[in-house]
Amino acid sequence: MKSGGKLERILESGVFAVTAELGPPKGPNLEVVQTKMGLLTGVCDAINITDNQTAIVRLSSVAACALLAQKGLEPVMQMTCRDRNRLAIQADLFGAVALGVRNLLCLTGDHQCFGNHPTAKNVYDMDSIQLIQMVKRMRDERLTQGGDPVDGPMPLFIGGAANPFGDPFEFRVIRLAKKVAAGVDFIQTQCIFDLPRFKEFMVRVVDRGLHEKVHILAGVMPLKSAGAARYINNNVAGIKVPDEIVKRMEGAGRGKKAQAEGLKLCAEIIQEVRQMPGVHGVHIMAVEWEEAIAQITEQAGLLPRPTI
Amino acid sequence: MIVAKRKPLPEIAANLQSTRKLLIVGCNTCVAICLAGGEKEVAVMGSALHLALRNTNPAIVITQRSIERQCEEEFNAPLAEEIAAHDVVLSMACGVGVQTLAEQFPSAIVYPALNTAFMGRPEERGIWSERCAGCGNCVLDKFGGVCPIARCSKNLLNGPCGGSEQGKCEVDPKNIDCAWQLIYDRLSRIGQLDRLLEVEPPKDWSTSRHGGPRKIVREDMVL
Repeated sequence: MKSGGKLERILESGVFAVTAELGPPKGPNLEVVQTKMGLLTGVCDAINITDNQTAIVRLSSVAACALLAQKGLEPVMQMTCRDRNRLAIQADLFGAVALGVRNLLCLTGDHQCFGNHPTAKNVYDMDSIQLIQMVKRMRDERLTQGGDPVDGPMPLFIGGAANPFGDPFEFRVIRLAKKVAAGVDFIQTQCIFDLPRFKEFMVRVVDRGLHEKVHILAGVMPLKSAGAARYINNNVAGIKVPDEIVKRMEGAGRGKKAQAEGLKLCAEIIQEVRQMPGVHGVHIMAVEWEEAIAQITEQAGLLPRPTI
Repeated sequence: MIVAKRKPLPEIAANLQSTRKLLIVGCNTCVAICLAGGEKEVAVMGSALHLALRNTNPAIVITQRSIERQCEEEFNAPLAEEIAAHDVVLSMACGVGVQTLAEQFPSAIVYPALNTAFMGRPEERGIWSERCAGCGNCVLDKFGGVCPIARCSKNLLNGPCGGSEQGKCEVDPKNIDCAWQLIYDRLSRIGQLDRLLEVEPPKDWSTSRHGGPRKIVREDMVL
């Protein structure tokens, strides 16, 4: 075992894994984290903690992950290259591992222009692939990026992201192959609404044999309304919600009815991606709607979660 | 070339409220080509300042000069007497020119009239864009002649982030091309796509500004 963590054990056992996302509060309000932890307990195998997602300052992923680990939950610590150089990243990784974190998602990070500190200086000392490579070396060779020995083991299950919907499309599988070459253990994809394009992506992944080297968790997101679908189309680069989904959400009405349709749609997408060769799990990103996870996993037939 | 843009007039005028004699010095190299600080722009600046200061400092005397290359002392040397005879020098050169005047004439008050923006080139009439970040360790051989350090918003070295859409960068899709789309297209055209499979290691930033202010010494040329 690389990390000895629950997520690794589940994926290695061949069980279809479920991970979900928990967004920390915009301040030190631990009650928010605890409430969301309650909503996610028992309905997923591991919980991603976002790292200043969309460049908005929030309680740190290291701290929230440590809290989850203390409570016996399985955190996946998200780590972006936007806010830290290689020294800060490694220092935070030492701390996170010491406090019980066993999973890391290596990300480049949204540009600060999208967040609440657009005049900030970014870092991007490394990119996500270099981060993966660095962490693998820390874990497997016990060496820092600078070449010094690491004092203590670094049992981390190393994750990366993939966006099958970004351009150039041909490069997307090449980029995944590079992440595999760099040493990634699992992948969580961008939110999938365009199933044909995701299917095409997975065919290329399987053709290259990448599915045998990395666990791919398909990213999904429940839509709350037709407006939310349109917002994503107009404001989030690299995700597209196809017209038929927007129309379906429009046809579902408003409020609770629209939300119910969004949950149903999400469960359907999970069932579709589950049939695709090479997909080993799902990653549910219910942004500020963590209550949805229990219902989605129930509807998708993913409960109860195994105890491994 | 170095590309610069004129500062907002009120910002320039704010420094000149009590100036009696002002010497505006343009530079006829890079900043003239990007229409920011050459001879013509010096003339425009002179008139604009007279107007801007007509109520608050109407007695100001403005002299206009333009020299070939403000970043080299020998071109600036003939201005010595005039600089001494003025209260303030307003340099319309890039930041290098402003500092050269300040170093060369230690008693002179030198203010910048431009914001020095980047090293780039004119793409079409009236449009300049960045090409080089001066990182001190050129990687253009690896990326088909397109620089990801200067042209990717996140200076990524291993391919595009998730925000590349239809050839554009998510940071400003109207104005910024995705450098990685350009790299992909170029490498595809010149038959070097296999280069993209190599994992590019973390960059050594010590040759860039992150290593501190830089200096090149050519022992063979030093007198």
